[in-house]
Amino acid sequence: MKNKSLVSINDYTKEEQLHVLEVAKEFEAKPVQDILKDHVIASLFFEPSTRTRLSFESAITRLNGKVVGFSEASNTSVKKGESLRDTILTIANYSDLIVMRNPVEGSARFASEISPVPIINAGDGANQHPTQTLLDLYSIMQTQDTLDNLHVAFVGDLKYGRTVHSLVIALCNYNTTFHLVSPVELKLPSSVKMHIKEKNLAYHQYTSMEEVIPLVDVLYVTRIQKERFSDPLEFERIKNSYNLQKDMLTDTRKNLRILHPMPRVNEIHVNVDTDPRAYYFQQALNGVYVRQALLSIILGYR
Amino acid sequence: MSEKVKELKVSAIENGTVIDHIPASALFQVIKMLKLDVFDQMVLFATNLESKKFGSKGIIKVSNKFFKPEELNKIALVAPHASIIEIRDFQVARKTLVEIPDNIVGIVKCFNPNCITNIEEITTRFTIVSKEETRLKCHYCEKITVKKNIVFK
Repeated sequence: MKNKSLVSINDYTKEEQLHVLEVAKEFEAKPVQDILKDHVIASLFFEPSTRTRLSFESAITRLNGKVVGFSEASNTSVKKGESLRDTILTIANYSDLIVMRNPVEGSARFASEISPVPIINAGDGANQHPTQTLLDLYSIMQTQDTLDNLHVAFVGDLKYGRTVHSLVIALCNYNTTFHLVSPVELKLPSSVKMHIKEKNLAYHQYTSMEEVIPLVDVLYVTRIQKERFSDPLEFERIKNSYNLQKDMLTDTRKNLRILHPMPRVNEIHVNVDTDPRAYYFQQALNGVYVRQALLSIILGYR
Repeated sequence: MSEKVKELKVSAIENGTVIDHIPASALFQVIKMLKLDVFDQMVLFATNLESKKFGSKGIIKVSNKFFKPEELNKIALVAPHASIIEIRDFQVARKTLVEIPDNIVGIVKCFNPNCITNIEEITTRFTIVSKEETRLKCHYCEKITVKKNIVFK
């Protein structure tokens, strides 16, 4: 896996994904290591991000690597009209690996084809965000002790949620039973359902969250994204569809954990945060371990 | 075998390739895809001809040119039932049908306006995920361009 770019979750086989998760355990046990002391990593964020950018930069720093880059494109040559091709070829001269988020779909694949150094896709528009998928898999594995044969509920915007799409596709390798909870307008697209059907896995669709809570091992809640709606009235009607409260968690499996890719708005009430089944802040921390694992693997140290 | 006298709407060629059963509406697109608009040998074509099978059709005859299958297969996107006839010394030497290829490089635009191929100078690449429905998956943005959205570059 040395020098192998990660653009789309399917670029890594199941075995390679599991290898990343195994290495991440090592960093969870010992987060500060001197592995990247001779390396410069470029962190190119052409659009804003809190968790992804800071967890990458935290991962690099904890491994004693150096970071160069930018957190918005407005004070770079991109503003002067420089092409992505030229930007990547230039920055590849200054770094050993490039982490990139770019709002243009397919930009990460293109960058990985022209760049002499490996690329990690930190999100290309509505297309792919594979490091989120890996940290979600890691969070499921750490809370359930396995990835196999689980009942996983996805709640919220299943139509536009790119983290949902990638995680559903990744979980199709593990005999998952899917419980899909969304407003009718935001159902999981057929292009994603196709993967579930191909593997002959079971899936159930719901519009209300209450009935799935007792059935599942993992409750993966997502935000209904305002920016996806062209009709503000439709958004107003749907935005409060789901609101998980502590008193809804009376009858659950003991091993239930609640995940959320964050940021959240009102789909999980703050009164859930202190519940031992709430896992979303730990999940965000897991992003650092998984990114440490990826950097070490791609640069040839694990 | 009795000799059939058949009036040809387009003159016969001595050597070359005949592309028949092109939908009339796709004729000029096929000419463009095969770069026959800039070809230096004789090219004969006709469109809106009567066809028993298809209602109306177009036909192209290209002198002294024998195509590779991969050159011809891309026209299956617009002319899925086209037949290819190789002519040698005024005789039919070989007759084949076009087949939709597994990959399409260059000729089609990705329908996603936010795809990198519509923003920078990049050759488009697609895999065909369904030959029956002509669904093209973009190698870059991974979105599917369906038949009704296909636009040629």
